[in-house]
Amino acid sequence: MSAKTIDKIWTAILYIISSFIVLLLVSLISYILYKGWGCLNPKFLFGNPKVGESGGGIFPMLFNSFYMLIISLIITIPFGVGAGIYLSEYAKEGFLLRAIRLSIETMASLPSIVVGLFGLLIFVQATKGGFTLLAGASAVAVLNLPSLTRVSENAVKSAAKGVKEASLGLGATQWQTIKKVILPSAFPQILTGIILAAGRIFGEAAALLYTAGMSAPILKFQNVSLLNKTSPFSIMRPAETLSVYIWKLNSEGMVPDAAQIANKASAVLVIMVLIFNVLARYLGKKIYESYTGTK
Amino acid sequence: MKKRNFWHRFKTEYIGRGISTLCGIIIVVLTLSIILFIASKGLSTFTKNNYSLMDFLFSTEWNPEGAKPKLGAGIFIVGSTLVSIGAVLISAPIGVALAVFMHYISPGLGKKIIQPSLELFVGIPSVVYGWIGISVLLPIIKAGFGGIGFSLLAGIIVLSIMILPTIASISSDAIKIVPRDYVEASYGLGATRWQTVSRVVVPAAKNGIFTGIVLGLARAFGEALAVQMVIGNSIKLAGGLLKPTSTLTSILTMDMGNTVAGSAWNNALWSMALLLLVISFVFILIIRAIGKRGEIK
Repeated sequence: MSAKTIDKIWTAILYIISSFIVLLLVSLISYILYKGWGCLNPKFLFGNPKVGESGGGIFPMLFNSFYMLIISLIITIPFGVGAGIYLSEYAKEGFLLRAIRLSIETMASLPSIVVGLFGLLIFVQATKGGFTLLAGASAVAVLNLPSLTRVSENAVKSAAKGVKEASLGLGATQWQTIKKVILPSAFPQILTGIILAAGRIFGEAAALLYTAGMSAPILKFQNVSLLNKTSPFSIMRPAETLSVYIWKLNSEGMVPDAAQIANKASAVLVIMVLIFNVLARYLGKKIYESYTGTK
Repeated sequence: MKKRNFWHRFKTEYIGRGISTLCGIIIVVLTLSIILFIASKGLSTFTKNNYSLMDFLFSTEWNPEGAKPKLGAGIFIVGSTLVSIGAVLISAPIGVALAVFMHYISPGLGKKIIQPSLELFVGIPSVVYGWIGISVLLPIIKAGFGGIGFSLLAGIIVLSIMILPTIASISSDAIKIVPRDYVEASYGLGATRWQTVSRVVVPAAKNGIFTGIVLGLARAFGEALAVQMVIGNSIKLAGGLLKPTSTLTSILTMDMGNTVAGSAWNNALWSMALLLLVISFVFILIIRAIGKRGEIK
C-alpha cells in the first residue's frame, strides 16, 4: 500500500474517532435533557422532597447548592487571588517558591474524597459541630484553591505586562500598582476562572458526603440568621446539595420515583454547568477582544 | 520624618505584600496539614492495631468485624489499579488522536467543536456520569454480555470518558508546541501528513503526552462516586471484566459513615485514604521527573 493511501486511511480514522467523541457528547447531553424533561417545572424546582411518596421536589438541595457555592467562593477567592499575586509579583526563586509550587501540585491532584475526609477530621470531628454547610464549603474551598491560584497567577502575569512599568514609573509602590492597576485589568480573566470553578463546585459530591452531610432540613424563610440552626441561611446546619442528593437517591432510594427525580436533578445540574460554561466562554471571548483590540 | 515615611511605606506596600505572602504560605501549611492529619489517622492501623504493613498492602483478606480483624486491602488496591489502567488504555489512544486531529487534521473543527466538547465533558459532574452509567450503560452490558451489569467493565468505560478531556487537552498542548521546523522538514523530505504525525510530531511531543496520561491515571485513581455507583462494590477480586469488585475510593465512600471512629475497621479506612494520598504524590513525582527529562533534552 502506498504511503498516500495509508495517509488517507489514517485521516479517515482520525475523523471517525473525533466525530464519535462529539457524537457521544451530544447524545449524552441530549439523553440527560430528554430524560429529565420537565425538570424546570416550578413544582419540581421549588417543591420540598417527600419521603415514601412520589412527586417530591428538590428546592432545599438546590438552595443548598447555590448557598454552598457562594460561601465556598467567599472562602477561596481571597486566598487564591492573594497567593496568585504573591506568585506572579513578589515571589523570588528559592525554597518558599518551590514549596508553594509543590504544594499546589499536590493539592491539585488530591482525590476529592481524600479532601472530604480531611474536612471530616478538621471541620467536623475537631469542631464537634457535626455535618455543617460551613464544613462542606471549606472542603470544597480547599479543593478549588490550587486551580484558582493558578488562574489568578496567570491573569496577573498577563495583565501586568502592559501597565506595570507605567504605574511604577509614576512613583506608585508595587502594591499600589497591583491594587489599582493590575488587578482591575486582570479581573475579567480571574472571573472566568471563578465561573469555571463554580461549575465544578456545583457538581462536587465526593468531598461533601462527610462534611456537609446527607440530610437537607426543610427551609423556613421566616428565620434569618447566620448561626441559628433552623434558619435557611445558617452555615452551621447540615446541607445536602443537589449532586449529593442524586447519589443518595441512587444508593438508598427512599421514594418510589427515585429514578425520575434523579433524572430531572441530573438535567438541572447539566443545565447549570452549561450555563456556567457559556458564561465563561463569553467572558473569555470579550477579554480576548479587548486584549487584541479587535473590537 | 523618617518614621512617617515608614508608616507611609507600611500602608502602601508592606501590608499588601505581607498579606499576599501569607496567602502563599497558607497553601503550604494547608498541604502539610492535610498530609499530617491523614497520616496521623492512617498510621494507627499499624501503630495501635499492630497490623503489619505487608498484610495491609498485599493480603486480600478483608474481615474487619471479626474478633481478630483482617485488614488486607489487596482487593481494593487491585480493583483501583485495574479500573484505572483499563480506563487509560481506552482513553490514551483516543485522547492523542483528538489532539492530533485538533492541530494537524482540522484545526478549524478542532477549535470550534472538539475543544468546547472537551470542556463540556469536564463540566459534567461525576454523579451524573455515575447515574448515566447506571441507567444506560449497565442495561447495555447486561443485554450484550450477560451478568448483572455492575462490573469492572462498567467502571472502566465510565472512567475512560471522565479522564479523556485531561489526556486530550494536555496532549494537545504538547503537540501544539512541537517546533514548526520539524514539521516543515518532514514535509520537505516528502513525508505524508500521517508519516509526519506518527514519526515526527508524536515522538517529539511524547513527554507532554506522557504527562497527560499520568494525570489521567491519577484522576482515575482518585475518582470516587462515579466508579462506586457502577462497579458493584462486592468485596472480592474481580474474576473477569464482567464481574463486580471494589476500589479504594468506593469502599471509603461506602463504609466511612457506618464505622465507629477508633475501631480497627475505621482505622483501616483511614489507612486507605493515606494510601490514596501517597499514590497521588507518587504521580506528581513521576510528572516532575518527566518534566525534568524534557528540559535536559
